[in-house]
Amino acid sequence: MLTIKKVPTVVSNYQENSEKGFEGCGRNCLGKCCLPVSKLPLYAFKEDNSNLIGNSVEKSSEEQPQICFLHNLLLGQWEDRMSRGLFRYDVTACDTKIIPGRYGFIAQLNKGRHLKKRPTEFRVDKVLQDFDETKFNFTKVGQEEVLFRFEKSNDHKRRFFPTAPPVTADSDSSSVVAINVSPIEYGHVLLIPQVLNCLPQKIDHGSFLLALHFAIEAADPFFRVGYNSLGAFATINHLHFQAYFLAASFPVEKAPTRRIMTMKGREDKGVIIWELLNYPVRGLVFEGGNTIQDLSDSVASSCIFLQNNNIPFNVLIADCGRRIFLFPQCYAEKQARGEAIQELLDTQVNPAVWEISGHIVLKRQEDFDDASETCAWRILAEVSLSNKRFNEVKAHILEAAGFQTETEEKNRDHEGESIHDQPSPKAVAHLPQDCMVFH
Amino acid sequence: MESQLARIEQSFNARYSLRVREALDELHHNFTITDPAFPDHPIVFASRGFLKMSGFLREEVVGNNGRIFQGPKTNRKTVMEIREAIREERAVRVHILNYRKDGTPFWMLFQMSPVFSKEDGSGVHFIGVHVPLRRNKKITNDGADAAWNEIAFRPCRREVCSDSLVELTRFLALDTGTSCKGVEIEESCEASELEKHRAATAINNILSVLARCSESTGRMVCGKRCSLPAAGLINSSLNISLGRIKQSFVLIDPHLPNMPVVYASDAFLKLTGYDRHEVLGRDWHFLNGVDTDSSVLHQIHESILVEQPCTVCILNYRKDKSTFWNRLHMSPVRNATGKIAYFVGVQMEEKCKSQDRRRLSPEIRQLGAVGAVKGNNLWHRWTFLYTQMVPVYERYLEKSSVADMVVGIMDYFDPGSYARLTTRLNPFNSLPGTSSDSVRLSEVDQGLH
Repeated sequence: MLTIKKVPTVVSNYQENSEKGFEGCGRNCLGKCCLPVSKLPLYAFKEDNSNLIGNSVEKSSEEQPQICFLHNLLLGQWEDRMSRGLFRYDVTACDTKIIPGRYGFIAQLNKGRHLKKRPTEFRVDKVLQDFDETKFNFTKVGQEEVLFRFEKSNDHKRRFFPTAPPVTADSDSSSVVAINVSPIEYGHVLLIPQVLNCLPQKIDHGSFLLALHFAIEAADPFFRVGYNSLGAFATINHLHFQAYFLAASFPVEKAPTRRIMTMKGREDKGVIIWELLNYPVRGLVFEGGNTIQDLSDSVASSCIFLQNNNIPFNVLIADCGRRIFLFPQCYAEKQARGEAIQELLDTQVNPAVWEISGHIVLKRQEDFDDASETCAWRILAEVSLSNKRFNEVKAHILEAAGFQTETEEKNRDHEGESIHDQPSPKAVAHLPQDCMVFH
Repeated sequence: MESQLARIEQSFNARYSLRVREALDELHHNFTITDPAFPDHPIVFASRGFLKMSGFLREEVVGNNGRIFQGPKTNRKTVMEIREAIREERAVRVHILNYRKDGTPFWMLFQMSPVFSKEDGSGVHFIGVHVPLRRNKKITNDGADAAWNEIAFRPCRREVCSDSLVELTRFLALDTGTSCKGVEIEESCEASELEKHRAATAINNILSVLARCSESTGRMVCGKRCSLPAAGLINSSLNISLGRIKQSFVLIDPHLPNMPVVYASDAFLKLTGYDRHEVLGRDWHFLNGVDTDSSVLHQIHESILVEQPCTVCILNYRKDKSTFWNRLHMSPVRNATGKIAYFVGVQMEEKCKSQDRRRLSPEIRQLGAVGAVKGNNLWHRWTFLYTQMVPVYERYLEKSSVADMVVGIMDYFDPGSYARLTTRLNPFNSLPGTSSDSVRLSEVDQGLH
């Protein structure tokens, strides 16, 4: 069993009480005792099976001229919790800077996020682990940390219920949005699908679709949703996604990409996959899809493959749900095997989804002062799968996601390859060799 | 209150004079001009060539954001690149798949260039030139069409032997029923040197027209940033973001003695009856009047001093002297180093207690506005600092000094830092006409962009 010692991030004010054992209820928690009769507001989204962007004539529902409802609700509630003193520190008072360089990595000096505490042992060699009721989980969170419930609407209409939603709502499928009491950015929240079902940290099609809808409903390209699997720096084994709002582009969003050519299978779902180029962590980008569900299922299937094959990974949902990044990683295992570079271990950066995307939280003043793009690159490069390993994994991911590709090793060295790079993308040309050859 | 369209037209005419549309219509290029000062960065002018190419009518285009031409197959990363360029107020050139009114997609070379005010260096408009590309044209680096002749075909079930590009495309689009499995080819184009040149020429021509027309109104523009905006000025990208917040709010600068308003939302103007130019720069008291409770004013002032949020109910006066009860929430907005940058004040007219149970409570709505401001503020400053100020200063100072300077001005909009910054630029302080709140840069410097 491979483990590392880590100071876990405290995401709830109730987390540190957990060792004492749960004392039964008398307070508003998120357990079966309290949640079904709670008066939490409910935001019910319309499950839209159309294409994400819609046709060009009707204006798309995202990116409306005015900040939308969910955005207001989330940030307004968040600001309210701030004034009630529920956060462990004021994240807006943390020193932050954009590191000069090609990608503009974002560095934050945040000492409060990891308070001095005895480190706990985390098992990092199993991506799938059973839910353990004795450990901290989100049913123990107080309702004051919850902003609202976020669920699919019963009647195909987008609705908001400020209090006491109708009794017909199925409490077993209650999903909530809660604050992260150790935020790394303004508006940092946790999305907890079906909190009462106590699901372990593991992707399934339904919960991924929920997360995707969350990004879509926020209708803001600067509001991203992220996921860390166990072994990729998730610290709580209770299914949750994270999200926050940062009004700048993440470095990973700026990275050039190359389209992976795929065969039009019998059931073409319209999903397009790209590979990241020239970025320290190797990864894939999923876009398109004939419907939202098609895109969601494609990514979820890939994640399920990784989970089942014990490959830790992180997911970033960006661009209002239109671009989804998938990063298989290996850092925790490296650490456990003693293969991680000491210099990097000293920074204590835990490369989870936000770090990989380019938003790096640092704990030491000197790391923050000396932060450079080269530094950030070095840290993140340690996280990535090797080229060889990534290619193996990639082939399987594509298969799991429902694509067929030709083995591309042969074509890789052709000059006809295209790279979508600023400012002038060349034509894409991965063609099966028995049809065409470029000289 | 005028409609947005009327205000768009008025603003455009005010800067360029009434003759501008005629002058622009004489150009044969396909282009649009957008204005980031209006909510959602709308198109304010579309050339006849553009309307013809896209199939839209003028009234369907002016007042709308350029995203109406995008569709399902438009590359998301390209859209992001354009968005970044707008935020950073710089030029960009991309290939993008756009859609006509009838839904047909077409590849386009899109070149966008900012237009700056000569007076204060702020970005006032963006010119977008659209050059349609010949479909399915695949060209190698040296731009030779002849590259296609070098493609060799190996025999396949369907024998194709052709040097015609059109037939090749048709072959590739064939049904997957053949043994030569259909491969999804992304149609993409690269512009030829000629097409790129055409785009660049168009930008220059349009800029000339705008520059010329702006001379007659005295509000001159140019294609390069020739002075740096004063500290505290809200740059256009922050403007765009703040413009999306629909509540009534203002930003005040608490560092200056009279704590002036530096930003006011449209909803604020509507609520109070003032025009924007009557509000910006005025001290924050201006909504108060004879019957306003002075102890409440004192309470607000105290909160600002101790850098704490507060909510009060205060009697305010509109421009027409009518009064209303204002439920005002004020909150500090911080900088990168945690120092206060602004105070945001969100107004809510008390009589507006919504009876609709399904709406957000007024409290949450107010806080939503605060959240949106806080969420946006920090990053726009950074973007501005790194993408505009630093490159400019790098031309004139040694690298190491720039690095020092950047570390030192993390809180760029702090007037003290900015003053120290500008005094370091000795070459410019000696230029005639250097004012204390903007730095004039030599116009012959080629390196600005």
